[in-house]
Amino acid sequence: MPANIGRRKFVEVVSEFSIGIALIAEIILFSQFSQYFFTAENLLNISLQASITAIIAAGMTFVILTAGIDLSVGSLVAFAGIIATTVIKINVPVYLSLSLGILAGLLFGVFSGFIAGIFVTKFKITPFIVTLALMTIWRGASFVYTEGRPVWELPEAFSYLGGGRIIGVPVPTVIMMIVFITSHIVLTKTRFGRYVYAVGGNLEAARLAGIKTNKILISVYIISGVLSALAGILLASRINSGQPNAGLMYELDVIAAVVVGGTSLFGGRGTIIGTFLGAMLIAVLRNGLNLLNVGSYVQQVIVGLVILLAVLLDQIRKK
Amino acid sequence: MNNLLEMRDIMKHYPGVLALDKVSIDLKMGEVHCLVGENGAGKSTLMKVLSGAVTKDSGEIFINDEKVEFNSPSESQVMWIKIIYQDFKLVPELTTAENIFLGREIRNSFFLNKKEMNIKAAETISQLGEEIDVTLTINRLSTAERQMVEIAKAIVGNVKILAMDEPTAPLTSKEIKNLFEVIRKLKEKEVGIIYISHRLEEIFEIGDRVTVLRDGKLVHSSEIKEVDKNQLIKLMVGRELAGEYPRNKAEKGDEILKVENLSSDKINDISFSLYKGEVLGIAGLVGAGRSELVRAIFGADKITSGKIFINDKEVRINSPKEAIDSGIALLTEDRNLLGLFMNMSIRENISVSILSKMMNGLFISKQKENSSVQKQFDQLKVKAPSIETSVESLSGGNRQKVVLARWLETNSNILIFDEPTAGIDVGIKFEIYNLINNLAEEGKGIIVISSELPELIGISDRIIIMCEGRITGVLSHEGANKEKILNLATKFSSPEGMHSQKVKHAS
Repeated sequence: MPANIGRRKFVEVVSEFSIGIALIAEIILFSQFSQYFFTAENLLNISLQASITAIIAAGMTFVILTAGIDLSVGSLVAFAGIIATTVIKINVPVYLSLSLGILAGLLFGVFSGFIAGIFVTKFKITPFIVTLALMTIWRGASFVYTEGRPVWELPEAFSYLGGGRIIGVPVPTVIMMIVFITSHIVLTKTRFGRYVYAVGGNLEAARLAGIKTNKILISVYIISGVLSALAGILLASRINSGQPNAGLMYELDVIAAVVVGGTSLFGGRGTIIGTFLGAMLIAVLRNGLNLLNVGSYVQQVIVGLVILLAVLLDQIRKK
Repeated sequence: MNNLLEMRDIMKHYPGVLALDKVSIDLKMGEVHCLVGENGAGKSTLMKVLSGAVTKDSGEIFINDEKVEFNSPSESQVMWIKIIYQDFKLVPELTTAENIFLGREIRNSFFLNKKEMNIKAAETISQLGEEIDVTLTINRLSTAERQMVEIAKAIVGNVKILAMDEPTAPLTSKEIKNLFEVIRKLKEKEVGIIYISHRLEEIFEIGDRVTVLRDGKLVHSSEIKEVDKNQLIKLMVGRELAGEYPRNKAEKGDEILKVENLSSDKINDISFSLYKGEVLGIAGLVGAGRSELVRAIFGADKITSGKIFINDKEVRINSPKEAIDSGIALLTEDRNLLGLFMNMSIRENISVSILSKMMNGLFISKQKENSSVQKQFDQLKVKAPSIETSVESLSGGNRQKVVLARWLETNSNILIFDEPTAGIDVGIKFEIYNLINNLAEEGKGIIVISSELPELIGISDRIIIMCEGRITGVLSHEGANKEKILNLATKFSSPEGMHSQKVKHAS
């Protein structure tokens, strides 16, 4: 029943559709210039490269839907990776240390998100400032704790997470898919998801409609924290070390993916599918430009232009 | 006299609706031309076409017999056309004076001349009979004061054509009197005024001519003397309404809600009871603490002391969620700001408070949600293509129905309606009165706040009158009249004193 598609739904469908078209156009374009581009191996490679930012972007989508922002994600990647690798090095059977390490990293993500949520809700400080402070704190803590040196000499088994494959598909890609499918279901099918949109659309109306708005807000920062920590652990596994400068400036790539995906920074509008397409659009662009031997400085300029173009098109279409 | 303004055969389509169908109106100098019609009749659209905020599909606009085309509000302002919209266009963080001179600041070469602007702004405000400190930011003013600032902004400097869309909705009767004085002065200055209001009494008091729109068509235009109120209502709704206020026939039952010595920052030592099947009205001036009282009961504002009993059992309510769980519903004033999620569909707006009843395990059951939303949608006769329509595209009355539907679905036993008919046309008002009576007949307890006294007297079984955060009297339906209520509502202060009180309340 196309007539029954509401305006919001329609806008979102169009938004996802047009990013999808842009993505396909991009893929066709690069296929023309590079034989290697459209091969299974390269596409899997793109998904692997995209996975870390994409996983964080899924969490960021929840936060931005409530009209918030989480700038602490990049630093969280570093500190969660350091915590996880440090715990993994303790002298217990390897599977126990691995589980404990991963758990510790994820719990740190919960902790950081909870702190952010408390400052945003109870102390009414704007998310930008709260997470800016956390960004600086966790980055600094990463360097203080490691004294600037990476955490090395990790057990062989740990590298499976970031480097292994399941039926040919990189493990981070599989984890990314699980994260996106779960997030999509949570946002579209559950009460929590509906409340996230409501809180982002009109906070006071949400409270007066009986929604525990503080609980929702704290939850989205925890989701963002946990997914950033997960990304941090995957990254540590890929580079086989806990690096204090890991995830530097990731917050910008992540926010770009979410915004290119059509989510409004004012809250209440956006989808997780959009974020996925946004993250892929940027990853495909980077990969294609690499294959065409475009230098990394020029790449930065091009990626920036594409972000501008994408949000511009989104804005024009909404009118 | 020449036509100051003529709009000829204006057409405007919106997706799925013909908002204006060949509407022609004219305006002479020094005349008040009233525009009436139900919500969605096309009045506001016509004003937006005039200002250039909305582009017409076809038709012509003439000013002093010269054809004009406006593509944006700034172009129409050059011709001294000013429009006061229903929803405020003030910047909350700027001061009153800064808002009044927004976009045409007075400057000494490069720098702003704040002193001069403050003086001129204060002059204009006092012309309106108000006393507002023009150096206060807008967010510290009450709704009524903001409306006055909006009017001041329109009349400061030069104005030839002034259109007002529901200017009196947030005003008290004293403020309305002042506004009418200003309108009369503007008439003497040969300003042409287009006046839109749902309050028909006002139209007969201030209008020279009246034009009625219905479903985008012009159905009547004449001198105001040639029609009476009943004829106008009939023209607006296209049918006759039986009796102005339907009476509640429910029998008064047991006490359902008791409030004892309730106090908060804004209310002081409030005690009253509400009974099953009763419609209890709360009257008072703007700032008397009516909304604050019901917000405190609903857990939206903090209580400093006092007790609340439901069915003789003491309850502690710390949040709206707990209030809803205890069977209380609050339809807030200002549905756009406090009630609706504009980016969401009708379905999502209705179901938001009752999702816990629609779960299928972890997930929202589409089927349960659709069926209960559809039921309310049909029963309340919401005018929209479907429950998936965005609420943003609905008219005021239909938006109110959506919020009403939400609260009806919660099945609460105590329903509080704060200004349920503000800015709503006669037809839907009537539906809301009937709905309130039906709820009372089901044995629910109803509290209604309204600034429209005839309405409040008409529908209430009992009326509590508040002044400065306290209850100053209780009247029965039979014993209540406008004068008694106004006396009690101003008990603590002379009219002048009330003003300082209001400013204090706002800050």
